[in-house]
Amino acid sequence: MADDPPRTPTPSGSRKGSGKKAAPASNKLAPPAAAAQKKSKESVTKSKSQHDAEPPQGIVPLFMATKSQEIYECICDEHVTEDNPYKLIKKADIIQDMKMRAAISDFHPVKQLVLDYPGEELLIAYDPDFKFGQNFFLCTTEEAKMEHLHPGGADAEGEDGVVAAGEEGAEEEDNAVYVYKPPEAKEWVTQGSQVEVEDEIVVDTRDKIRFRASRVRKEFGAPIIFEDRDADTSAAEQGLAASCLACPSYADTNFTIKKAELDNAVQAVPELTDGSSQTDWKHPVTASVQYEPRIISEEEAKVAQQSEEFKQFIQASVPRFELALQQNTIMDVFFDDWTVLGEEDTNFGSKSDSHLKEYQSFTDLQYSKDKTVTCVDWHPQIKGVMAVACCERLTFDERIDNANKLLMSPSLILIWSFADPIHPQLLLEGPDDICCFKFCPTNPNIVAGGCINGQLVLWDITEYSEKLSSNRGNNSKASQKKAAMFGEEIQPETPTIRYCAVSAIENSHRNIISSVDWLPDHYELNRFGIPVENRLSECCQIMTCGTDGHVMVWDIRAPKAPANTKDQQAEKSAPPRPFGVSQVFKHLDLSWKPLLKLSMAKTDSSGDYSPLKFSLAEKQGARDHVPQPAGEKPETTGMSKVPSAKNQRPLECIATNYFLGSEDGEVIYASFKLEKDNETGKSNVPKPTWAVAPHDGPVNTLQRNPFFSDILLSVGGWTFAVWKEGVTSGAILQSACAPKLYTAGHWSTTRPAVFFLGTKDGNVEVWDLLDRTHEPLLVQNVTAAQVTQIVPWVVSKKQHLVAVSDNVGTLHILEIPWNLRHPASGEKQAVEGFFDREIQRIEYFDKKAVVRANERSKEMDKKKAQQAKVEEMTDDALMEEYKAEYDSYKQLEKKLLQQLGLIEEEKPEI
Amino acid sequence: MSEVEETIKRIQSHKGVLGIIVVNSEGIPIRTSLDNSTTVQYAGLIHQLTMKARSTVRDIDPQNDLTFLRLRSKKHEIMVAPDKEYLLIVIQNPSE
Repeated sequence: MADDPPRTPTPSGSRKGSGKKAAPASNKLAPPAAAAQKKSKESVTKSKSQHDAEPPQGIVPLFMATKSQEIYECICDEHVTEDNPYKLIKKADIIQDMKMRAAISDFHPVKQLVLDYPGEELLIAYDPDFKFGQNFFLCTTEEAKMEHLHPGGADAEGEDGVVAAGEEGAEEEDNAVYVYKPPEAKEWVTQGSQVEVEDEIVVDTRDKIRFRASRVRKEFGAPIIFEDRDADTSAAEQGLAASCLACPSYADTNFTIKKAELDNAVQAVPELTDGSSQTDWKHPVTASVQYEPRIISEEEAKVAQQSEEFKQFIQASVPRFELALQQNTIMDVFFDDWTVLGEEDTNFGSKSDSHLKEYQSFTDLQYSKDKTVTCVDWHPQIKGVMAVACCERLTFDERIDNANKLLMSPSLILIWSFADPIHPQLLLEGPDDICCFKFCPTNPNIVAGGCINGQLVLWDITEYSEKLSSNRGNNSKASQKKAAMFGEEIQPETPTIRYCAVSAIENSHRNIISSVDWLPDHYELNRFGIPVENRLSECCQIMTCGTDGHVMVWDIRAPKAPANTKDQQAEKSAPPRPFGVSQVFKHLDLSWKPLLKLSMAKTDSSGDYSPLKFSLAEKQGARDHVPQPAGEKPETTGMSKVPSAKNQRPLECIATNYFLGSEDGEVIYASFKLEKDNETGKSNVPKPTWAVAPHDGPVNTLQRNPFFSDILLSVGGWTFAVWKEGVTSGAILQSACAPKLYTAGHWSTTRPAVFFLGTKDGNVEVWDLLDRTHEPLLVQNVTAAQVTQIVPWVVSKKQHLVAVSDNVGTLHILEIPWNLRHPASGEKQAVEGFFDREIQRIEYFDKKAVVRANERSKEMDKKKAQQAKVEEMTDDALMEEYKAEYDSYKQLEKKLLQQLGLIEEEKPEI
Repeated sequence: MSEVEETIKRIQSHKGVLGIIVVNSEGIPIRTSLDNSTTVQYAGLIHQLTMKARSTVRDIDPQNDLTFLRLRSKKHEIMVAPDKEYLLIVIQNPSE
C-alpha cells in the first residue's frame, strides 16, 4: 500500500500562503490528540501579526465584542495593546461567562475547546491585523500558550523562531536602544540555487507502479513441468506471442579488447647429469669359440611341418608373398625412368651419324703392299696398338713355283700404333707365312702364331713393350733429326724380332694352322684332356686347329724333365742361338710337342673334318664357376715345369665341348676329353657328337656371343647362321643367301644383338638381330678389296673402334657410332627373349614335324591295311556280304512302303 | 597337409624365386629348398634381422607389429614374413 503524503488537517481551514509551513512545523509535532483538543481560550488579546500566516495548531481566531472585552479586561488599546497583546484569562471565568450569556458569549463557538482545555488559564492574544481572521485569537493548547508567552511569539517569524524569540527577548530588553525588528518573511525569489538543489534531490519522476501478483495456494510446491520452445522462431510461426526473445550475442564495440601479442619463448632443457663408472680390468685371455649351426633332425622337422600352427602360418603369410612376388614380376619399382629417358632420345637424334667413321688406316709399302692380311689382333693392354699378319696372295701351285723367291722375303707380323700410321712399330719375323696369331691375354708380351707350314711359333716382345706403350711419335722425330744431320734420308729402323720358339716340325700340323687360341687361365688340360685346376692363373696352353684334321693343345711350359742325358745332348748339339732372341722359351724351341692331339674324324663317313675355326666354351676371365685353387701358388717367375698329374685337381665344372667350323662349311660339336675305351684300355678321342653343313663355303668365322656363351655365330659361304649350344635340330637363325660371299664376321663387343660381317667386295655389313633379320642394318663400303678380318675393340669408353683388314694389305680403323655401340636399355633381355622364341619355334616345328610324320605314317598304314583287307576277302565272303547288304535293303524297302501305307501291316510274328 | 605342400610348391615355382626357407622360432630351419650351408646362413642372419626389425617397430608403437619385411639388394630381393612361431623366407630375383 502506498500512502499518500500525509496531510494533517489544520484546525483552521484557512491557509495563508504555501511557503510558510515551516513556522507551524513545530506545532505539528504535537500529538494528534491536540488536534482533537480544541480548547477555546477566552482571551481578548490584541494580536499583532506582522504577516499573514496560517493559523498554527492550537491557535483559534476569536472575535471579541466590546462587551466581552470589558468583562475580561482586555479592551483594545487599554489593557491589551500591540506591544502587549497577551492576556491570560482564567478558565473558570470563561465558563461562568458562557453560563451567563450562553449563546451571546463570544466563546460559544469554542466552548468545547475551552471545556477540554487542560490548564487553568487560557491565553488570548490581540490580533490587530486580523492575522488569523479575527481580532483575537485563542491558544487552545498549553504548548501554544507557552510558546506565545515566552520564547515563541504568535507572529512567529518562521525558521528562526528560537532566535527570533531570543532576539525578541533581547530586543525587548534593549527597547531603549533600538527596536528589534524581526526579519520579515518575504517571498522567496529564486536566485538559481534552487536548480542545483533540485538536481540533487531525488524526486520520483513518475508515480510508483503498484503491482500485485497472486497465485492459487494449492499450486505452491506442485511439481514443475517444463516444455521446450525454440527461442528464435518467430512468434507468428508459433501462433502465439513470442514467449522469449532471442538475444544473440553480438560484438559490442564498446567492449572489444584489443589483444596485444606477446612473444614468449619456452625452452626445455633436459637435465643432464654426468656419471661415470669404473670397471675392473680383468686380464684378457686369448680364447676362441667355434660354433656350428644348429640343425634339427628330419623327423622333428616333419613333425613341426605337420603341426596345426604351421598350417595356419603358411595360410596366413602366403597371400602376402604372392602379392610381393607378383609385384616384382609385374614391374620393377626401382627402375629409374629419368636416366633411361635420355638414352632413348639420343637414338633418334643421331640417325645421320650412324655410319662407321673412317678413323685411320695402316699400310706399309714395303711389307704389306699387295699382301693379304690374314689375321688382326689388338694388343690386350696397350691402347692403340694392334698387330697384323700379312701373307702372300698366292695359290698353292704358285707358292711352289715361287718357293725360292719366297724364302728371301720375310714373313712378318706388323705391329702398328695409332701414333704412327706410316711406319710400323715392331716387326715380328716368323719362319714362314703366318696365318693366324694371338696375343697372350695374361702376358701380352707373348705372341703365339700359326704358320702356313703347320708350325706353331712363339714371340717374346718383352724388351720392346715399353717402347710400344710409351711411343707417341718421338721416335720418328728423333730419327728425322738424325737424318737431317747427315743430309741423307734414313728411314727410321723398325726393330725386327725373331721368333723365340717354334714347334717341332714332325709333331706339328701337316697343313696350315688355321686358328690359334690361348686356353683361359682358370684351367689347364692334362694329357687326357681332362681339365684340371690352373694354379698359376696365367695362360699357359694354346689350342690350335689345322686343315689336316687335327686339333692340338700345346703347353708353353717345359715338359717334365726327360732323361738328363738326352737333354744335355740336345742342348749341346743345338745351334747357337741368334742374337737378341729371348731365351725364355729356349726349352721349347724346335722340340715343342703338343700336349694333346685330337683328330676330327667324320661321324658318318670316313675321313676327317678339316677345321678352320674353333670356339671354346670357356671364356678368358669368366671364372666364377671355378673354385679357387687350393694350396699355395707355385713360383711365378717365368714358366715353371708342367706340374705332375698327382698335384692337380680335376675340375668338374669346366665344359669340355667346343665347336668347330670346317672348310666344307660344316659346324661340328665335339669334346676334347679323351674317352676311355673299356675294351682296350686306351684313351680314345671321342667322335664329334653332332655336325651339320649349313654353309656353302668354308666357315671363316665361328664365334660365341660375348654376352651369351651358348649362342654362336658362324659365317661361311654366302650365308651366316646363329646357333645355340645344345639345340641340335638346327640353327636358330639362318640367313638367306647374300649377293656376295661373306668373308669375315665378328660379334659386337658391347651390343648383344649386333654383329659385323665383311663381304668379298669390301663392304662391311652391320646386322642387328633386334631390328631386322632379313637384311643388314647398315652396309658400308670400306675398301675395294675383299675384307679378310673384322675385329672390334673397345679402346676407351667413348671410342669404340673396329679394325677391318683387306686383301691388299691395308688395315682400316673405323669408329663405331653411338647407336651401334651403345646398347639400348633391356637389350640383353630382348635378345634373350628373341633367342628363346626362336628356339621354341624350332622345337615347335620339330614337334609338328614329328606329329605330322606320325600322322602320315598312320595314314599310310591305314591305307595299306585297307588294301590288305580287300585282297584277303575271298569270293564266298564277298557273296555273303552282298547277301547281307541285300537283306538289309529289303527290310528298309518294306518299312518305307508300310509307312507310305501301300502294304498292310503284317502282324508281328510271335 | 598336402595343401601346405602345394602352397609352398606354388611359391617355389613362381617366376624368379631362387629359394624358400621356413625357420622356427629358435632360428633353426625346418624346411628349405636351398643347400645346407646357404640355408643355415640365411636362417641365422635373417632371423636376427627380423627380430631387430620387429623390436624396432614395437618400440615406436607398442600396439604395432611387423607383418612383412622386404629387403632388396642389387642381385635379389629377400622377403620375410614373421609369425609367433615360424619365419618364412623367400628369395627372388626380380625380373630385370
